[in-house]
Amino acid sequence: MRPRLATIAWLYVLPAFVLLGVFLVYPVANTVYLSLFSGRDTSAFVGLDNYRYLLTHPETVIVLRNNLLWLVLFTAASVGLGLILAVLSNQVRYEAIAKAIIFVPMAVSFTAAAVIWRFMYIYRPPQFEQTGVLNAGMAALGFDPVPWITNTTLNNYALIAAGVWMWTGFALVVISAGLKGIPTEVLEAARVDGANEVQIFWRVILPMLRSVMLVVAVTLTINSLKVFDLVYVMTFGNYQTDVLANRMFKEMFTFGNFGRASAVAVVLLLAIVPLMLLNIRRFRREQ
Amino acid sequence: MARVHFENVTKRFGDFTALRDFNLEIEDKEFLVLVGPSGCGKSTALRMLAGLEDITEGSIYIGDRRVNGVPAKDRDIAMVFQSYALYPHMTVFDNIAFGLRLRKTPKDVLTTKVKEAAEVLGVDSLLDRKPGQLSGGQRQRVAVARAIVREPRVFLLDEPLSNLDAKLRVHTRAEISKLHKRLGTTFVYVTHDQVEAMTMADRIAVMNEGIIQQVGSPQELYDEPVNVFVAGFIGSPAMNFFEAEVVEDGGGVSLDGDGFSVDVPDDRAEEMRPFLGRRMIFGVRPENIHDEHFVPSGITAAPTTVKVDVTEPMGNEVFLHLLAGKTKLLARVDPRTKMSADDEVEVVIDMERMHVFDPESREAVRG
Amino acid sequence: MAREVAALSRQERLMRSLSRGPVNVAIIAICLLWMLPSAGLLVSSFRPRNDIATTGWWTAFKTPFEFTLANYEQVLTTQGMAQSFVNSLIISVPVTVFVVMVAAFAAYAFAWMELPGRDAIFLVVVGLIVVPIQLTLIPVLRMFSSAGMTGTFPAIWLAHTAYGLPFAVFLLRNFFIALPKDLLESAFLEGASHTRVFLRIVMPLSVPSLAALAIFQFLWVWNDLLVALVYLGGFRSVAPMTVTVSNLVSSFGSEWHLLTAAAFISMMLPLAVFFALQRYFVEGILAGAVKG
Repeated sequence: MRPRLATIAWLYVLPAFVLLGVFLVYPVANTVYLSLFSGRDTSAFVGLDNYRYLLTHPETVIVLRNNLLWLVLFTAASVGLGLILAVLSNQVRYEAIAKAIIFVPMAVSFTAAAVIWRFMYIYRPPQFEQTGVLNAGMAALGFDPVPWITNTTLNNYALIAAGVWMWTGFALVVISAGLKGIPTEVLEAARVDGANEVQIFWRVILPMLRSVMLVVAVTLTINSLKVFDLVYVMTFGNYQTDVLANRMFKEMFTFGNFGRASAVAVVLLLAIVPLMLLNIRRFRREQ
Repeated sequence: MARVHFENVTKRFGDFTALRDFNLEIEDKEFLVLVGPSGCGKSTALRMLAGLEDITEGSIYIGDRRVNGVPAKDRDIAMVFQSYALYPHMTVFDNIAFGLRLRKTPKDVLTTKVKEAAEVLGVDSLLDRKPGQLSGGQRQRVAVARAIVREPRVFLLDEPLSNLDAKLRVHTRAEISKLHKRLGTTFVYVTHDQVEAMTMADRIAVMNEGIIQQVGSPQELYDEPVNVFVAGFIGSPAMNFFEAEVVEDGGGVSLDGDGFSVDVPDDRAEEMRPFLGRRMIFGVRPENIHDEHFVPSGITAAPTTVKVDVTEPMGNEVFLHLLAGKTKLLARVDPRTKMSADDEVEVVIDMERMHVFDPESREAVRG
Repeated sequence: MAREVAALSRQERLMRSLSRGPVNVAIIAICLLWMLPSAGLLVSSFRPRNDIATTGWWTAFKTPFEFTLANYEQVLTTQGMAQSFVNSLIISVPVTVFVVMVAAFAAYAFAWMELPGRDAIFLVVVGLIVVPIQLTLIPVLRMFSSAGMTGTFPAIWLAHTAYGLPFAVFLLRNFFIALPKDLLESAFLEGASHTRVFLRIVMPLSVPSLAALAIFQFLWVWNDLLVALVYLGGFRSVAPMTVTVSNLVSSFGSEWHLLTAAAFISMMLPLAVFFALQRYFVEGILAGAVKG
């Protein structure tokens, strides 16, 4: 029934196509190409040297390790906490307020969150009064204060904790919506069938939340791979906390090595491509 | 197998009283239907029996055991839900087996029982499918199979047919009746559809606004409704009601309605005399109003003049929409009737089947 | 008898709410824990410089109370946060308008017009949603340099609009395609053109999702650090608040009276939007989270 006027259709999509082409599609292809060259002017062809460097140099191996830490811990902690909070808050009358409180950090910038958490982690030598919440807590418990941000065994976890603080609200709200989508009658049927609350959770609720949790996990995984601002502001990647996105920025502006920076970006893309395909597949199934 | 007893049960949700002083005894192996309009408290009563709602006041007994505060899982009941409430992530087999697994039934017994229940309901070929791959009718059968497999003492059904199409509903009605005979278990069945109640129940409890109006066999409710609500709720098409004053009329008695009057035959006049000078509510079912040319023998005929508004031929009968003054009446008459729209005609009301209700209490004063 | 029964069920109810006790304790504890970091920032931003440097913020509630607006005054004037606030608006508002407009046209075409290869192209758009911006930084920065556009608002408007498009087109197309087909077809039957149907039927019906998209897009740009950092080249006159705050961190890392006040100023608008338009906000964030 629709008028077949392909010309008008092209006019409708033209601005979007031009912008996407110039600022996304072409640059991505160009970056992949640049990653095979070296130096600020990327004039010398070096093949896969930049990648070899990334995968073998001790400093960049730590970067990869850190992204892996983020991927596993950030995703698992946010999804896990979100699930627990969704189930718990479902049982209380002030659910909406509780969810809003957990969700608020999603509204602020990573930059502000980084300031907030640097402030939480303030370290002063033991002879001084501690002004950071965490170290004041350590002092109250009789421990020595910990330099959370510079201690290389702890600082990655400290940074990830800030990320979890920001994103648990997302997991909570999505999982909670999934939880509400489970018909009460199904839970009642389980109850009449003889299941207790624990059995209902493991055998009915959790399997029924499977697809929602998968969506949340994919989203958080993508975010864990792209994490930049938190690291940039909290440590600038120093003290062995660097991640791919920040490393790319450093290669670009601090070291001026555009080829290597491009290679870092391409590694980031390669890590995300499987998740992208997962999203595309899910979208096609939903159609 | 067990009898069920509601004793002075009240249920309040905040300020709202869903069920008021509810008393009901359900016999062992009985098929009892709770029927009433939506919001009448019938589902609440069932859910309290199932253990899905707290009991505000009063007691519920299953067998001799008072079940107040006993969780649903320990009541030995099974329930079929309106939405069927199948577990979407499990196969049909696992849906039916779920309750047995929770009771740690040995594997071979479990398999046998599941297969048996599936065969009874004719879903044995679907055991490997998931609920999403089944039709509405198949899902309903799986839900019933899941309920019978545990051989519960009481079997609860909450509007199990309301999501089926009309044809399947008629078929499934008969199937459930057969199943009841076969299992010999107490059935408590909730519906808003009085046809389901009439066709399946041993006894019906009619409810309205949280109160039981009347309990009795289908025929009792049809023939002797105790109040205007039951009279109007049971039967389809519904009973006609009109208000009229009982007046002395030259030695006889007549009913003086709004713009029409009905002469009461002499042999029935005595029964109306106690109401002389009062305005009463009269009820007459459509099949008890006849075309004057086709009056069955042996009825006590009270003639009245009315106007025909619309005729609806149904083949085996004709529905006449009549106007008696301002009062609308529906009659189911012999298909040979010659009456047509806008005719002034004489119809005959069967006085023996006339119901009389007190206008204040709305209760029946004569069956 | 009835009284006895009532008492018993009251007891049952009490038992039930007692068994909920641990749940309540856990939720309230977690909520307090979640508010603690922001509360510390907020309280500290009003404390005098010397107090912040030597004592924990929780001691501020002991007498004598000493609170001050001096920190805010200082960051707004001498540290340029006032200018940055304006810059953040100059960047975010036009980008939001551009993204919604450009995306709405494209989304309508993807939903209701016939384009060769339409569905395949749309899959590419779905894929582009998660492509990291890092992949575009170097070539785009080079383009802007050769055009002399680095450090200008138009540069960042263009880049942000393009980055926002894949998700915006995706969201709106899914919304548009869910509109009742009959509604549009009856308009076409009456002789309405695509442009008329788009402007008079589709857009008005889509106000809620346009609002959700606009809020999400606005906050995304408002909260962005990376894009501003790269294309605005650190010129203070054009820096949005995220860049200014991050510069403050690197130059005055332990001047907490400045950092807390600056961070809070940058959070004010998002928080106001959150509390005023919570429904659209949550919708927008949930839909947009796939973007990462």
